[in-house]
Amino acid sequence: MTLASTDLQINLIVFLLATFLGLELVRHVSRLLHTPLMALTNAISSVSIVAALIVLSEPKDDTVLALVTIAIALVFTNIVSGFGITERILRLFKPRNKAK
Amino acid sequence: MNDAIVEYLYVVAIVFFVISLKWLSEVKTSRYGNWIAASGMAVAIGGTLLAYQIQRVDLLVLAVVVGAVVGAPIALKVPMTAVPQRTAASHAFGSLAVALVGSAEYYQRLPNIDTPTLAVLSAEMILGYLTFMGSCIAFAKLQGLIPGKPFIYGGRNFVSLATLGVAVALAVYLVANPTQSFVLPIMAGFAILFGFLLVMAIGGADMPTVIAILNSYAGMSAAALGFVLNNQVLIVAGALDGSSGFILAMIMSKAMNRSFTNVLFGGVGAVAVASSGGPATTGGRTVQAFTVEDVASILRDARTVVFVPGYGMAVAQAQHVIKEVADILQSKGVDVKYGIHPVAGRMPGHMNVLLAEANVSYDQLWEMDRINPLFAETDVAIVVGANDVTNPAARTRPDSPLFGMPIMNVDKAKTVVFIKRSMNPGFAGVENDLFYLPNTMMVFGDAKKVLADLVAALGKQG
Repeated sequence: MTLASTDLQINLIVFLLATFLGLELVRHVSRLLHTPLMALTNAISSVSIVAALIVLSEPKDDTVLALVTIAIALVFTNIVSGFGITERILRLFKPRNKAK
Repeated sequence: MNDAIVEYLYVVAIVFFVISLKWLSEVKTSRYGNWIAASGMAVAIGGTLLAYQIQRVDLLVLAVVVGAVVGAPIALKVPMTAVPQRTAASHAFGSLAVALVGSAEYYQRLPNIDTPTLAVLSAEMILGYLTFMGSCIAFAKLQGLIPGKPFIYGGRNFVSLATLGVAVALAVYLVANPTQSFVLPIMAGFAILFGFLLVMAIGGADMPTVIAILNSYAGMSAAALGFVLNNQVLIVAGALDGSSGFILAMIMSKAMNRSFTNVLFGGVGAVAVASSGGPATTGGRTVQAFTVEDVASILRDARTVVFVPGYGMAVAQAQHVIKEVADILQSKGVDVKYGIHPVAGRMPGHMNVLLAEANVSYDQLWEMDRINPLFAETDVAIVVGANDVTNPAARTRPDSPLFGMPIMNVDKAKTVVFIKRSMNPGFAGVENDLFYLPNTMMVFGDAKKVLADLVAALGKQG
């Protein structure tokens, strides 16, 4: 498990392309929705739970175990509240004929 | 075999995340965007659980239960006015989690940790820990636990940057001496201290920009963790989050006519007060105070009305009563719109959410660039809880600290009704020239009460 230079290269390309794609996608998000946008992208970045789970598959000692368990609790809070509150916010937006 | 499957499931998750942002671009498809992102998350987690044998299922269950118990009430109960705080809290949680996993990854790999990995890991931890503390301070300011005023002292930028410098120096030392694990907590401590100093020096009205920057940092630290673990789903998700925060920060600082560095290191509130206390105020100008009845009689003849809300509307919880006034006007055939400045509120898009919650339809919400040309044909512009973003000095007075900032051109309307608690200047500490214009009607009082009285007065007109 070392950071091989080919991996690094591929990952850099992935990162740069994803950044350009993200900039392009977010530029076209309606300004109406900037609050739910932030809630949603924050929820999406909670996929870091995957990293914590992988460490939990072969924890070396109790320090590692403690750090990772706390991290999972934090990030799972974000998953639940992030997608939940995004749904709640998006449900508020109604077109003229539906709003009363 | 499972390893191969999980790689493909990660690809599915990545595609879902990208599609979710695409669908979020329009209100109509936005909810599908949220669902497909949640599905992507489920796929990524499910795939990981399939491919990796979790050693301590008991701890996993404990952590997930704690997360669900804390997260569910946040998702269901947090009022829309408090969404900025909840966003700051989620940045704090997310970046702390990433920093902790990064730390765990360091201890996990000791003593066989190669230099490039440790370098990326150290950067990731510094970013994660500083974002954690910065977001905690942003949360405390937004929640009113600590004063929103910037905490300013001489040489603060030097102290802040020196703190960051120490953290980076410790990181360099750690990379050179990977087994000196005692350095890690000290490095984390200095990163945390830097996050504290950075956000303490930033005032409440700059929060939309700060939250967006912290959003960007949180994403970047997640992406850095992806580099360390050679995990592309994490890299892509972090990059999407990071670029989204970056764009929002750009939009926010542009809407305030400020640069990133100026927001982060300018300490605006206090500086502006010091520099503009004298010259901006001109003696002898008088303000005309009007009553609710005066406003009601003006509105009787109005055909087009634009509401311009600001953070004060959220503070006074006046969004519902604005809708009541608007309903009465609309029932009389008046055309009602809402003009939204990009930095109105405490986070990007905050006003839109509050008005949508009050059942205002989204096609009545007009962003600044679209509404500004229409003010010339507007009979009455009603400013509720906004101040600096309506100050014509931003266009006319090169000596004003606000000069150059894009504003809502409410002064072009035939009549401006400005509801204000008192004559105190706005956040920038600058007097608003709008108050002294002949077409401005100042109405003093709590926004919610004034508007409720207006509902009654309009009702009396029949």
